[in-house]
Amino acid sequence: MTAPGTTRAPAGLSSGTPDGIGTSPRRPDGTLKATGEFAYSSDMWAEDMLWGMTLRSPHPHARILGIDTTGAIALPGVYAVLTHEDVPGEKRYGLEYRDQPVLAFGKVRYRGEPVAVVAADHPETARRALDRIRVGYEVLEPVSDPRAAAFDPDCPLVHEEEPPEAREEYGRRGNLVRHQPIRTGAFASGAAVEELRARAGAVVAADYEVGMQDQAFLGPESGMAVPAEDGGVDLYIATQWLHVDQRQIAPALGLPEDKVRLTLAGVGGAFGAREDLSMQIHACMLALRTGRPVKIVYGREESFYGHVHRHPATMRFEHGAMGDGTLLYATLEIVLDGGAYASATPAVVGVASSLGLGPYEVPNARVDAYGVYTTNPPCGAMRGFGAVQACFGYESQMDRLAAELGMDPVDLRIKNAVSQGSRIITGQEIDMPLPMAEMLRRCRDMPMPPAREELEDPSDLRTLPGGTGNTTHGEGVVRGVGYGVGLKNLCYSEGFDDHSTARVRLEAVGGEPAVTVHTAAAEVGQGLVTVQGQIARTELGVERVTVLPADTRVGSAGSSSASRQSYMTGGAVKTACEAVRDRVFALARERGTIPAGHSGEGLSLAGGKLVSASEGVLASLAELLGGAAVEETREYRHRPTEMLDPTRGQGSSHTQFGMCVHRAVVDVDLELGLVKVVALDAVQDVGKALHPQQLAGQIQGGAAQGLGLALMEEIQVEEGRIKNPSFTDYLIPTILDTPPMRIDVLEHPDPHSPYGLRGAGEPPTLSSTPAIVAAVRHATGRPLTRAPVRPEDIAGIGPRRP
Amino acid sequence: MDFLRPSTLEEALAAKSERPAGVPIMGGTDVMVDLNFDRSRPPALIDLTRIAELREWSLEGGALRLGAGVSYTRVIDGPGAHAPALAQASRSVASPQIRNRGTVGGNLGGASPAGDCHPPLLAAGAVVELASVRGVRRVPARDFYLGPRRTARQDDELITAVLLPRPAGPQHFSKIGTRNAMVIAVAAFALALDAEKRTVGTGLGSVAPTPVRAEEAEEFLAAEFDWDTGAPPAEPVVRRFGELAASATRPIDDQRGSAEYRRHAVGVMARRALAWAAAEYRGGLGGGTRCA
Repeated sequence: MTAPGTTRAPAGLSSGTPDGIGTSPRRPDGTLKATGEFAYSSDMWAEDMLWGMTLRSPHPHARILGIDTTGAIALPGVYAVLTHEDVPGEKRYGLEYRDQPVLAFGKVRYRGEPVAVVAADHPETARRALDRIRVGYEVLEPVSDPRAAAFDPDCPLVHEEEPPEAREEYGRRGNLVRHQPIRTGAFASGAAVEELRARAGAVVAADYEVGMQDQAFLGPESGMAVPAEDGGVDLYIATQWLHVDQRQIAPALGLPEDKVRLTLAGVGGAFGAREDLSMQIHACMLALRTGRPVKIVYGREESFYGHVHRHPATMRFEHGAMGDGTLLYATLEIVLDGGAYASATPAVVGVASSLGLGPYEVPNARVDAYGVYTTNPPCGAMRGFGAVQACFGYESQMDRLAAELGMDPVDLRIKNAVSQGSRIITGQEIDMPLPMAEMLRRCRDMPMPPAREELEDPSDLRTLPGGTGNTTHGEGVVRGVGYGVGLKNLCYSEGFDDHSTARVRLEAVGGEPAVTVHTAAAEVGQGLVTVQGQIARTELGVERVTVLPADTRVGSAGSSSASRQSYMTGGAVKTACEAVRDRVFALARERGTIPAGHSGEGLSLAGGKLVSASEGVLASLAELLGGAAVEETREYRHRPTEMLDPTRGQGSSHTQFGMCVHRAVVDVDLELGLVKVVALDAVQDVGKALHPQQLAGQIQGGAAQGLGLALMEEIQVEEGRIKNPSFTDYLIPTILDTPPMRIDVLEHPDPHSPYGLRGAGEPPTLSSTPAIVAAVRHATGRPLTRAPVRPEDIAGIGPRRP
Repeated sequence: MDFLRPSTLEEALAAKSERPAGVPIMGGTDVMVDLNFDRSRPPALIDLTRIAELREWSLEGGALRLGAGVSYTRVIDGPGAHAPALAQASRSVASPQIRNRGTVGGNLGGASPAGDCHPPLLAAGAVVELASVRGVRRVPARDFYLGPRRTARQDDELITAVLLPRPAGPQHFSKIGTRNAMVIAVAAFALALDAEKRTVGTGLGSVAPTPVRAEEAEEFLAAEFDWDTGAPPAEPVVRRFGELAASATRPIDDQRGSAEYRRHAVGVMARRALAWAAAEYRGGLGGGTRCA
C-alpha cells in the first residue's frame, strides 16, 4: 500500500487506463465497414415487411388540381396509398419553420417534392402503383433566380402563407427567409462606402459565386417503421438527431412523443444531409395504416431529390486597405438560395453574416446576408454551413488585395489576423486561444512537395493533370501555390438551448468493473462511439466500457452537426462520469474505505481501483461496488449565446471558434483546364486531440470535401431540374484526385470546453476550397471567381450555361 | 423477363435468332444500369458468360482477334501490346471493379458515343465480327456506328469478336474527364499512324451523336507527315491538324461539358497526340523496328 511505485500511479488520469482520451483505440465499426459486413439502415429486414415508395412532383412549381389514387390501390399487393389527406396530425413540419408539407397539398414548390406514398409487398409492385396515381397539375412559373426572389418585388411568391414561426427579427417578407445586416464602425453611424473608399490606399471589389454542393453520402435515406401494440410506432432510422426527428414526426402522426420511439440504424454518412426529415413520417404513416413494418430506401437518383444541399451563393465583396495592407473596411452582400423550404436557412444566414468577412480585423464592416425561397431544390445544412461560401469569397478577396498592394498573400493575412482578444464583426470577443498568425507561418514553412522533375517517374500518368486519361505528358502544365484560412463557429449559435444528455452506469460484472454509456448521439461515421468510450475510461479508470445503441429512451444529445458532438456529448459523458465518480467516493466513505476526515484531495479512479494520491490503492472498484450499480444521468450545456440584433447584427452569437489553414499546391494543364492537386497541407488548432487518428480522418475528409467543391462537385439545376442526379455525373474526388496531406495539429486548450477541445470536423472544409482555387489562379493568372472551377474556366472557354 | 443461359455459341446464336429483342449480357456494367433504372425492360436476357470462346484472344499473323467477352483488365494485361490505343483506353475505363467485368463487346453493343473503346477501334482500322444463325460477317468499325446507340448489328446477330490489324506505327489515346480517374469521357481522341500504308487513322468520342473519324485531318496529315524521317511536323501542320480534328466534331452542351470546350479539347488532344506519335515514329526508325 505504501510502495513508492503505487503512490505515483494516479498522477495523470489517462495514464491509469488504456484506450483513454489522447490515444487512438480501434473503432468498433471499422473492420465491419471495411469488410462490407456493417449493417446500414438500408440493410434492415423484417419477415412481414412492406416496401414504401414515394411519388414525387415532376414540376418545380405547380398547383395541385387533384390526386386520384384509385388505380394504385386496386393493384394486387398494394396495401396503402396515402396523400396529404391521410396525414393524421400536423400537415407541415420543419427544422426551424414548419413550412414543409408531409405530402404536398395546394401546390408543389420543387421538382421531386413528395406527393403520395404507397406500401406494397414488393418494390416493383410499389413502383407500378406509383405509375397508376393520377395527379392533375396546373404548372406555375418557377422562381429560379435567387437574386430576383430576394430583390424583385414582382417576383411570384413561393409561399403565399406565412410560416407560423416566422420571426420578426429575421426580416421575413416576400421570398426572403431571413435578412441579416451587420454594421460596424463608420457604417454603424450611417457612413456611405464612398467615404471609406476615399480614405483607402487600395480597393478591390468583385462578384463571386459558389455552386450547389451535395453532401454525397453513400448510404441513401432509409429506415424501417414498425407499428407497436400501444398504437405507437418504433422507427429505426439513419439520422443525425433522433430527438429532433421525434419532435417533428409525433405531431404529424397525431401521437404523443412517447409513442414515437426512435433507434439509430447504421448511418452511411451524413454531412448535414440527414438533419431534415426525409422518409421518416411517410414510413410511420404507412406502418400505422397497414399494421405491418414498412421499409423505405431511396434510390440514388431519388436521394439527390430527397435531401437538402449546400446553399448556392452569389456574393459581392469590396475590401479597402491602407497602403501598408491594414484593412480599413469591407462590405459583403451574399444571397443564399434556400430553395423551396426553409430547412436550416435562417441559421445558415446567421453564420454567413457573422463570419462573412472571416478571421480578419475589419474596423468598418457592412454585411447583408439574405436567405431566399425559390422553387429550386431545398438547401440546408452541409458541413461548413454558410461559412464555406463566404470563406471562398473573402479568401479570394485577400489574394486580390495582396496582388493590388504588391504584398505576399500570407503576409497580408498575418497583418490583419485576429487572435485571442480580437472581436469579430458582430462585436463578439474571441475569448480563447486562436493563434492565426502562427498557424499561417507554420503552414507556409511546411516543406514543399517535390517539383515534377524531381519525381521518381514524372511520366507516371497518375501524377499528371488528366490522370489516366493520358491527356498530357507535361505539355501545358504549370504549378501553382495558394493559401486559405477559414473561421467556423462550433456548436449551435444564436441563443439555441444546445445540450446533450448522457447516462452512465458503473457496476461489477463477473468480478470486474464495467461501465455502460447511453446517449442518443448519432454515430454518423465520425467516431463518436469510440470517443464516448475513451472519455468513460479516462474519467472512471475502467477499461471495460460498453456504449449502448443510440435511441430515444435517453434524453436528447442534440445533433451530430456543427462539429459539436465531442464537445457536447463528450461533455455530457464526462459530466455524468464525474457524478458517478462522486457517488463512488461517497459510497467509499460510507463503507470506511476512505477514512473519515479525508479531504477528498487526490482521490481518483484508475486501473479499476479507487486510488488516493497520498496512500495509493484504497480498494478495487469491484470489491467496493459489490452488487451495487451506480448510475447517473446528466445534461450538459455550453455557455449561453445571443441572437444577433436585427439592425446592426451585434451579439455574442457563437459558442466557440475553430480555424484551419490550408496550403494547396496544384499542377494545372492550362490548355485543357485540368487540375492535379499535388499537396494539400493543413494546420489546425483543435484544443485537445481526443483520438488523434480519427481527428486526422476528419481533417483529411473535410479537406477532400473542400477539394470537391473547388474542382468538381456541383448539382447542376436547370429550371428546377437536377441535370446530374447520379454519381456518374455528380463527381466527387477519387484517390487519384486527393493528394497526400501533411497535417500539423496544434493543441491550445479552450478554457470553456471539456478537456479544452475544439470541434474539428468543419474548419478544413472551409479553408481547402479557397486554397486550391488560389493555387489554380496562381498557375493560370485567371480571376476564377466561381467554385467549382470548371475546365472551361481555366482554358478560357465560354461558360457552359447562359 | 426470361434469363437464357446458352452454353455454346451455337445455342447463343439460336437464342438470339429466336428472341431478337433479347439483350446479351456479359459483365453487365451497362445492361444492369439500364435495368436498374428501368430504362429498358427486354423480354429476355441472354447470358453469354458460359461461352468460353468469347473470352479468348489470339494473334493471327500479327493481327489481334479479341473475343467480345474479354474484360478491360485482360485487354490491359494480355493483348494490350498488340493494340496500344485500345489498351490505353481500357486503362481509362471506370474503376478496377468495372474493368474486371466490362468488355469491349459490351462497349460496342451499347454503342454510347462516350464509349471508351470506339475511338481506338476507329483509328486502328478495327473490324467487328458479327455472327448469327445465318453466318458470320465482318464490318469495319468505321461502318459500324450508324446513329446514336444504333449500329450495323442486325437484331439476330451477336458481336463475337473485334479484329485489329498489327500496329504498323504509333497509336495514342487521350480522354478528358473532370476528375483524374473513373469518369465518363467529356471528349476522347485516338490517333494511329500506319508506316506501311502511310496512312493516318483517327477516332473521336463524346463529341458527336456517334463515335466519328476526322477524315479530313487524316488525309491532311497523311500528305504532310514526313514518313521517311518522321521529322517533327512544322507548327502550322500541327495547328492545322488540330483544327481539322476539331472541325470533325458535332458536340453538344450537357452536364459534362460545353460544346465549345469539347471542340477545343479535341484540337489540343490531336496536336499533342501528333507530337507523341511523331517522336515515337522517329524512335522506331532509329531502333530498326517500327513500333511493333
